[in-house]
Amino acid sequence: MRNRLHQLSVLACLSCGIAAAGEGAFFITYTHQMEEPGNLEFANSSVTGAPSGGSGFIGSAAEFEYGVKGWWTTEAYLDGAFSSGQSTVFTGFRLENRFRVLPREHWINPVLYVEFEDINGADKSLLEVVGHDGVDDLKQPVADARKEKEREIEAKLILSSYAKGWTIAENLIAEKNLAHEPYEFGYSLGVSRPLALAASPRPCNFCPENLQAGLEMYGGLGTHADFGLHDTSHYLAPVLSWTLMNGTQLRIEPSFGLTDTSARFLLRFGISYEVAQFGRAARKMFTGGIR
Amino acid sequence: MKRALIIVALAAATVAAGRHGTPLQQAPKETAAIANPLEGSENARLAGRKLFERECAYCHGPNGEGKPGGAPPLKRPDVCSAPPGALFWVLRNGSLRGGMPSFAHLPEPERWQIVTYIRSLLPEDKHGK
Repeated sequence: MRNRLHQLSVLACLSCGIAAAGEGAFFITYTHQMEEPGNLEFANSSVTGAPSGGSGFIGSAAEFEYGVKGWWTTEAYLDGAFSSGQSTVFTGFRLENRFRVLPREHWINPVLYVEFEDINGADKSLLEVVGHDGVDDLKQPVADARKEKEREIEAKLILSSYAKGWTIAENLIAEKNLAHEPYEFGYSLGVSRPLALAASPRPCNFCPENLQAGLEMYGGLGTHADFGLHDTSHYLAPVLSWTLMNGTQLRIEPSFGLTDTSARFLLRFGISYEVAQFGRAARKMFTGGIR
Repeated sequence: MKRALIIVALAAATVAAGRHGTPLQQAPKETAAIANPLEGSENARLAGRKLFERECAYCHGPNGEGKPGGAPPLKRPDVCSAPPGALFWVLRNGSLRGGMPSFAHLPEPERWQIVTYIRSLLPEDKHGK
């Protein structure tokens, strides 16, 4: 059994095909693009910042995304955070599922998203901004913040469209801490486009079709008791993604805070790599090729 | 009441049966009739091959010959001679219940490049056979 597990771990690196990573250009905003059935994507999204009056930090999320069906994608995250002069800590995990509602393409395409997260207050991966999340959360000393448990259910309505090479996406977020805290709301919007709409005839890393530029805007919308923009954080973030010939995708996104409660500046960066038909290869290995 | 339920069930079954068939057969006529703006372009065929290798080859085989237990072959007359608009429609919508993802995230010119390549998998004199 241990041998099989070892084989499984190297399977992803050695024996499967590669595919272009399917993350899209955005860090925060989801589109209706689902993971291909059987494909497994590894990704890391990190964010760094230095809030005034607090320690510099790096928050990081390791992502494992798997296409269960054409209409169902599941994903697990492991989060960690490093704070300058303090410590590096594992901050928790998240499990999410996305369900595409309509089987065909329409001018706008809805996807339902459900996530359970079990993280602590030291988490700084900032995968979404909801409620009154703000820069003060990032200044808390790690030792204190770790004591705060955040077991939350999060739901998103993802709406997105592709039009003339543009990707346009809108996400509405509702989050509920299971410890009797109020519902919190947030949003994210994204628009992106490849630098060229047609592929060049030859394989290349630096072809303009491999580069995508875009813009994200995201922030909190208060809670059900005080819904609105008062005392909420909002960010505007230009994003650039680059897909290499071997399928690896690199992304970078400077985020600029728009309100007093926002961090003034955050820098996000990420890498993702997709293994084609990992599920089939793993099944074959465990069943000895018998279907 | 029972008769009404039977009629409704039969009608639903007829509608459902009418929606089956291969993904190519499900393409609406007006979409299937759209011409490929890149038809005959060698550059489009080469770019299409590059995209095919990245997006399609793992399931359909590097030359579209299919894979045992995987996706069906594309190197066959009914696919290579299918109306370009129908192939384009299948790329856009996929067949989510059948396991084929949508490639709507690719810009339209890239999808037409893939269509150009798929139609070149068999020489034209073998399209009708």
